Amino acid sequence: MNIVVCIKQVPGTTEVKIDSQTNTLIREGIKNIINPFDTYALEEGVRIKERYGGKVIAISMGPPQAGEALREAISVGADEAILLSDSALAGADTLATANTLARAIDKLEPYDLIICGRQTVDGDTGQVGPELSEMLGIPFVAYVSKIEEIDGERMRVQRMIEEGHEVIEMPLPGVITVVKDINLPRLPSLRRLAKARSAVIPIWTPRELDIDKHAVGLSGSATKVIKIFSPQRVHRGDILQGDLEEQIERLIDKLKESEII
Amino acid sequence: MEYFLNEQQKMIKSLARRIAEEKILPVRAELDEKEEFPWAIMKDLADADMFRVFIPEEYEGLGGGCLELCLVTEELSRACSGVAISYAASALGSFLLLEYGSEEQKRKYLPDIASGKRLAAFALTESTAGSDASAIRTTAERERGGYVINGTKQFITNGGEAEIYTVIALTDKTRGPRGASAFLIEKDTPGFSFGKKERKMGIRASSTRELIFRNCLVPEENMIGREGMGFIMTMRLLDKSRPGVGAQAVGLAQGALEAAVDYARNRVQFGHPIISLQAVQLMLADMAIQVEAARLLVYAAARTIDNGAKKFTEESAMAKVFASDTAMKVTTDAVQIFGGVGYMKDYPIEKMMRDAKITQIYEGSNQALRTAIASELRKRKGMQE
Repeated sequence: MNIVVCIKQVPGTTEVKIDSQTNTLIREGIKNIINPFDTYALEEGVRIKERYGGKVIAISMGPPQAGEALREAISVGADEAILLSDSALAGADTLATANTLARAIDKLEPYDLIICGRQTVDGDTGQVGPELSEMLGIPFVAYVSKIEEIDGERMRVQRMIEEGHEVIEMPLPGVITVVKDINLPRLPSLRRLAKARSAVIPIWTPRELDIDKHAVGLSGSATKVIKIFSPQRVHRGDILQGDLEEQIERLIDKLKESEII
Repeated sequence: MEYFLNEQQKMIKSLARRIAEEKILPVRAELDEKEEFPWAIMKDLADADMFRVFIPEEYEGLGGGCLELCLVTEELSRACSGVAISYAASALGSFLLLEYGSEEQKRKYLPDIASGKRLAAFALTESTAGSDASAIRTTAERERGGYVINGTKQFITNGGEAEIYTVIALTDKTRGPRGASAFLIEKDTPGFSFGKKERKMGIRASSTRELIFRNCLVPEENMIGREGMGFIMTMRLLDKSRPGVGAQAVGLAQGALEAAVDYARNRVQFGHPIISLQAVQLMLADMAIQVEAARLLVYAAARTIDNGAKKFTEESAMAKVFASDTAMKVTTDAVQIFGGVGYMKDYPIEKMMRDAKITQIYEGSNQALRTAIASELRKRKGMQE
C-alpha cells in the first residue's frame, strides 16, 4: 500500500488575528502545528502501512516553514515528505489547493490511498479532500471513523453519520477523510526524531509540477475572500437593576412593551 | 540557565517532558492511590526509545550515558517519581552487564532492555544488609556447571515486574565482601519466586518486592565479571547510578516548585495573591536557588562520569545527597505554601513530599554518603586541583 497523507500547517491557537488588507490570517509570530485532524490521517496511514506494508508519503502545500510540519510527520511515522512551496502558490483557495495537490500526487509513484483530515481548523471548509478525488477521478468517502478491511483492491470503512455509522466499500485507489475518533495519534520516538531532523524534504514549485502559474495560488482560485471579520454580538440581554419589587415591575413593563403580555 | 546540552540531549529532554505531561500527569494520582505498576507508561517510554538512551549503539541503543539517563529520569520525576524510578531501575539493572558483561551476555540481554521489551532490576539489599552491603547472606554454591542460589533479597525495585535481574550473592562465605559475585537471573527460573510487595509511603507506582531463591540453579555463563568481584563492581555501579537518584530528586523538586509558584500566584488572601507577600517570595526564591544548584551538581557529576573519570565516588555522592536533601526541603516548603489544601490528597503536592523522602534513603543513605565524602577528604593531601 502506498499511502499519501495530505497535511496542513496551521496556527496553533484559536486567537488568530486577521490582516485587514489581504483578509487572510496573520501567521507571523504564532507557533505552528499540524492541523489536528491531519494528525489522525497521518496516524491512520502509518497504522495501515504497519499492517499491510508499503509506505506513507506526507505532502503539504505552504510557506517554507511548513517543512517543519512535514518533519514532524516523519517523526511520527511518515517515510517521505514533499513540500509544495512557491510564492505563486500563495493565496490559494480550496480549488487551487486541491488542483496543486492533485498534480503533485499524480507525479508520485502509483498510490493506493489518499488520506486527509476532515477539515482544517483555520479554513474549516472540509473541501480539499472531496475536490482532490474529483480531480483525480477516484472515489471518496468522508468522515471515516474506522477502517475495517483492505484487500488490495477494495477497502471497507465505517463512516460517521449523524445517527450512527455507515459501512461503505470503496474500490482503490481512493480518497478518504478521517474524523478524530478513528485513532489516538502516537508520540514520536527518539530514533524517528533523529530521522526527521536529517530528512531531505524536496520542495516542488509550479515548474516541477509542470503546472500553469495561473492555475494555482490566488490567480487559480475560484473564490476570493472579500472580508473576514469577527461577528458582532447583536443580542445583549438586559440586566434589570433595583430591588426585587422594582425588577418585577420593570420586567412586566418590558413584557407589555414587547406585546408579549 | 544554560545547561550546555547538545541537540540530542535537548531532544531527549523535550520528548521525555512531553511523555510526562501527556501520559503521566493525567494518571499519577490514580497510580499512587492504587499502587499500580505503570505498565502502559513503560510501553510509551519503550515506544519513544527512552530505554535506548543508556545503551550503546551496538546493542541497539542510542549510545548515551549517565547524563542522558538523568535527563529522562528528571523529566519523568517532575510528573511522578514512582514512574521515574521504575524506568531508571531498568538502567540500574543493566549497569553491571553494560560495564562487566561478556560480549555474549550483552548480545543476549541488552537489545531487549534497549527496546523496553524486558525490564531489568538490581538486587543487593537484604534484611541484614542495608548500608552495610557486605552483610549479605544470599549464597551461590558451585554445582553441576552452574551455581545454586539460596537466600532472600529485600526491597527490590521493579521486583516481580522486571524479567532480567542482576543479583549479588556470596560465592565464598569465608571471604566476606571479597567472596561476592554477580549473576544474571531471569524471571521464571525454577527456584526463583517473589515475596510480598511492599506498601510504601511514596513512589507508590513503583514495585518494591522480595526476591526469594530456593535452590535456584543458574548456569555458569550467567555470572557477570569474575568470581569474587561482585562487591567491587557493585560499589562502582552505585557510584555511577547515584546521579540518577539525584536527577529523580531534582525533577521532584522542580515539579513542587512550579506547583508552589502557580498556587501562590492564584491564591488570594488579604486581598492579594499570596505571591505578593514577601514571606512567600523568600521561600520561593530559596526553593528556586536550591533546585538550580542541585540540577547543576547532578549534571556535573553525570558529565564527570560520562567523560571517563576513573574515580567519582565523591562527585556522585555529593550530587545525590544535595539533590535529595533539596527535594525533601523544597517539597516540604511547597506543602507549606499550599497551606491546608497542600495537606489534602486532592492536590498533588503531598504526594511529592511523600515521594521525596526515599531519595534521602536509598542507594546509600545520605548519612552513609556523607561519611564516604568525609573519608575522601581525610585521604586527600594538600589542595585540590
